[in-house]
Amino acid sequence: MSVVGQPSVKAQTPSGAEPRAGRVAQSLIKFAFMLKTVWAVLAALILGAFLVQLAGGRPVAAYSALFEGAFADYYGISSTLVRMSPLLLASLAVIIPLRAGLFNIGAEGQIYIGALLSTLVALYLPEVLPSWIHVIACIGAGALGGALWGLIPAALKAYRGTNEIITSLLLSYVAVYTVGAVLHAWLMEPGAPYPYSREIPDALVLPTFLSETEAHIGVLIAVAAALVIAVIFRQTTLGLSIQTVGHNPHAAVYAGLDVKRLTLSSFALGGAMAGLAGAFEVLGLKYRLFDHFSPGYGMQGIIVAFLAALSPLGSIVAAFFLAGLQVGAGAMQRTTGIDTTMVEALQGMIVLFVAIGLAFRYHPERWSRRVAAWQKPTQGE
Amino acid sequence: MFDFLLDPAQLTDFLSTGLRLSIPLIFAAMGGLVCERSGVFNIALEGQILFGAFGAAVGAYFLGTPTGGLGFALLFGALSGLLLAVLGITLRVNQIVIGIAVILFSTGFTSFMSRVLFPGSGNSLKLQGFGPVAIPYLSDIPVLGPVLFSQDALVYVALLTVVAVYLVLFKTRIGLSIRAIGENPSAADSAGVPVFRLRYACVIAGSTLASLGGAYLVLTQVFLFSDNMSAGKGFIALAAIVLGRWQPQLAFLACLLFGFFDAFQLRLQFNHPEIPFQVFAALPYGVSILALVGLMGQAHPPAAVGRPYDREMR
Repeated sequence: MSVVGQPSVKAQTPSGAEPRAGRVAQSLIKFAFMLKTVWAVLAALILGAFLVQLAGGRPVAAYSALFEGAFADYYGISSTLVRMSPLLLASLAVIIPLRAGLFNIGAEGQIYIGALLSTLVALYLPEVLPSWIHVIACIGAGALGGALWGLIPAALKAYRGTNEIITSLLLSYVAVYTVGAVLHAWLMEPGAPYPYSREIPDALVLPTFLSETEAHIGVLIAVAAALVIAVIFRQTTLGLSIQTVGHNPHAAVYAGLDVKRLTLSSFALGGAMAGLAGAFEVLGLKYRLFDHFSPGYGMQGIIVAFLAALSPLGSIVAAFFLAGLQVGAGAMQRTTGIDTTMVEALQGMIVLFVAIGLAFRYHPERWSRRVAAWQKPTQGE
Repeated sequence: MFDFLLDPAQLTDFLSTGLRLSIPLIFAAMGGLVCERSGVFNIALEGQILFGAFGAAVGAYFLGTPTGGLGFALLFGALSGLLLAVLGITLRVNQIVIGIAVILFSTGFTSFMSRVLFPGSGNSLKLQGFGPVAIPYLSDIPVLGPVLFSQDALVYVALLTVVAVYLVLFKTRIGLSIRAIGENPSAADSAGVPVFRLRYACVIAGSTLASLGGAYLVLTQVFLFSDNMSAGKGFIALAAIVLGRWQPQLAFLACLLFGFFDAFQLRLQFNHPEIPFQVFAALPYGVSILALVGLMGQAHPPAAVGRPYDREMR
């Protein structure tokens, strides 16, 4: 490949010292490309500093308040972990279908329907079962709700060719309104100032794994889910099939894969992840179903997915980071007065820079040519 | 349920509400249609409505005039279009990914900046907006007069936009070139059509149009900016484009359909307080989905939509 580059390098450098310098330079460049996401985040943080300045704050103070609030102590980290759970699950809801080339931007709706089904099972399934089975039933109902809601755009895509981007997003609005309607009509606690359901029985509350914090085991299940999805993609036929469809649907058809079935299963699996997020919000954190309980986890899942370059393992780190920003936002507002929405702007810029970063790929041949060209002038002098 | 259609006063009220609710959709759908006809998938309409609304609020707040608001809305729309064009046409990043990125960026950026720029005002901010402009004589016609001829200036602009988009796309040389680069850019390139420049123009113009939808919301309907006020309208507009099979006149009718349906569900909400309002509020979204499902199959998008053009790859 580097046919054009090689002769000039050889001609210029008979001693052999310079090619090594060239190789070092090139591997540094390669490394810089690998850190693309880090640069994107840094660029966003720098622009964010300007925004803080614009809002009349001191960037260093704001950022240190933010990161201390999120990562510095036991309670900060436990809050960050709690926040990470829905973000991680929502990102998996985006990643799984996207590996099959399908955009699920309706994780928000799948979260709501998951939470609704989970609440219904928690409140209305007779309490005859041992409580641990009842909890599992609640979690399962959440996953089922999300999967079913995810199957709608998938089925429309598979059997009618309807654009899944539009339908999945519009279905989110339908889901949020459905939860609101069900709350108003049946579930709302009498006399409540705001639409929310009765509290779920104590026996169904998810146990915590860090003492004196809200860190419920849903966090661990989310991380385990990310690991399982990573294994599915690396080790199983299903994972390989999904990714084959994503790379080239026509080739997948020739390979005998059932593209329709894979469309359905990737969306169902993704939706189930989002549904889990909804179930955990009810069972682990709020103990009730609230109207409008999600602050946009579905959309934030997309940011995590992009940040993780669609890697399930990477999304654990990305979700932890984004959760930290969101948790730290409160601390930042308390100490510096900068509004918490600064973090929303920051997230927006992060996703924009990550998208810009997609334009820059590492081409070994091109860079070996450039490195050779840079060495020329120093040789001449 | 439908007896209000017989009463002239109620009918007039219903029709003008429906038209007003269609206007943001019409602007966004026309903008998106221009982009898609040129071969660029603009899924960011939702974000561009929001940018337009934010720009309108900024302009109206700092310059004190609705015209200033309009100017800023256009500027923000054009900038978002430029961003989309640089990334999607020149840098060839996946256009859906960029669209989603622009939407997420618009949501976060406008939420924060509105708090910085309009401090402490929250939802009490009352901006200068446009008032209705009655067209002499025509506005005196019963029912049709108040509905069509005593509306806000931007309503007339929206209706003219539909006509203009139709005429440009189908009756001019440039329109032919736009449709050509949307179907087969390399053939158009061989024929001497400046593919890149024309796509840039279409994306920037289309994004600017979409931002007018947001400007309309702020300057003639609510006179304030609130977080995420586009509320899915950009996606309903995308559905209208598909439903209208990429024809401006049909997409316009689809927008009217969604707008009138929205007006209808508002009526139902008002008349049936015993039913949770969410049941009705969800209807426009559900109907958009049903309309998409019912009509797909016969609809074909421009062949090259979503695929960045690369001269070296044929």
